[in-house]
Amino acid sequence: MTVDHPQRRSPLAHLTAELAATPVGVSLSEVPFLTQLNLRVDPLGRAARAVEEALGATLPTAANTAVAAGDLDVLWLGPDEWLLVAPEGRQESLEKSLRQAIGTEHGAVVDLSAHRTTVELSGALARDLLAKGCSLDLHPAVFTTGSCAQLPLAQAPVLLLARDSEMPRYWLLVRTSFAPYVAAWLLDACVEYAASGP
Amino acid sequence: MQLIPCPWCGPRDEVEFHYGGAAHVAYPEDPQSLTDEDWARYVFFRDNPKGPFAERWCHTASCRRWFNAIRDTATHQVLAVYRMDEAKPVTS
Ligand SMILES: [Zn+2]
Repeated sequence: MTVDHPQRRSPLAHLTAELAATPVGVSLSEVPFLTQLNLRVDPLGRAARAVEEALGATLPTAANTAVAAGDLDVLWLGPDEWLLVAPEGRQESLEKSLRQAIGTEHGAVVDLSAHRTTVELSGALARDLLAKGCSLDLHPAVFTTGSCAQLPLAQAPVLLLARDSEMPRYWLLVRTSFAPYVAAWLLDACVEYAASGP
Repeated sequence: MQLIPCPWCGPRDEVEFHYGGAAHVAYPEDPQSLTDEDWARYVFFRDNPKGPFAERWCHTASCRRWFNAIRDTATHQVLAVYRMDEAKPVTS
């Protein structure tokens, strides 16, 4: 008798084909299994400086902005709260180095990698598509590259990151249980572009 | 839809916020000495003005910070927002 090893499935694995078949002007794909750590620390304290040294990145203090350092993104979630996003499989080493940096100072590190999956949305119509589901000003002069925002998209809470606002490319970090709904909403919202496409 | 300006995040849709009642209601200095009537007054009794009113709001769907706002209860216009550690601004 053989025993199948359990295989990890991403929340949107069953929609890969649908996401790949969007009309011209919109590209959708899942970026599964990203490392996501929530960090809480006093931005003015010693621990924050030690964390920055360990990460090789500054913790952004301007609201709703993110900084990138290599393949690590640091997203502002609140005045003393950040989300660190890195490629798959980095949670253990990253968490360890953060805990070492914080030491006995006041702070918290929580591994949230399984909490959300990520949808990459790009293309000339990406901004129009998002605008159907939220009231945020997405103009590239306002929601610039490196801006992030937590907000309801079609009533589902998402964390939106503008990886490029000029050649629109966004990351939508969506809770696992909301991901199929948000993906279905995005697919439905871009149906009309198939008719009006070039 | 009304936009409420979060002191951290800037103008956002009202559905992202939760209301927290009147602001600047000080906790009793000597709770032990309060009568039931004093407690009732502290817990339940609030001003109900027509016009500017200082309120607590929480930006629940985003930065999750509590802040204060002065809102005109007749027009719903938000006249000022300020962080918890900031003094109540003067609005005319
Ligand atoms: Zn906010």
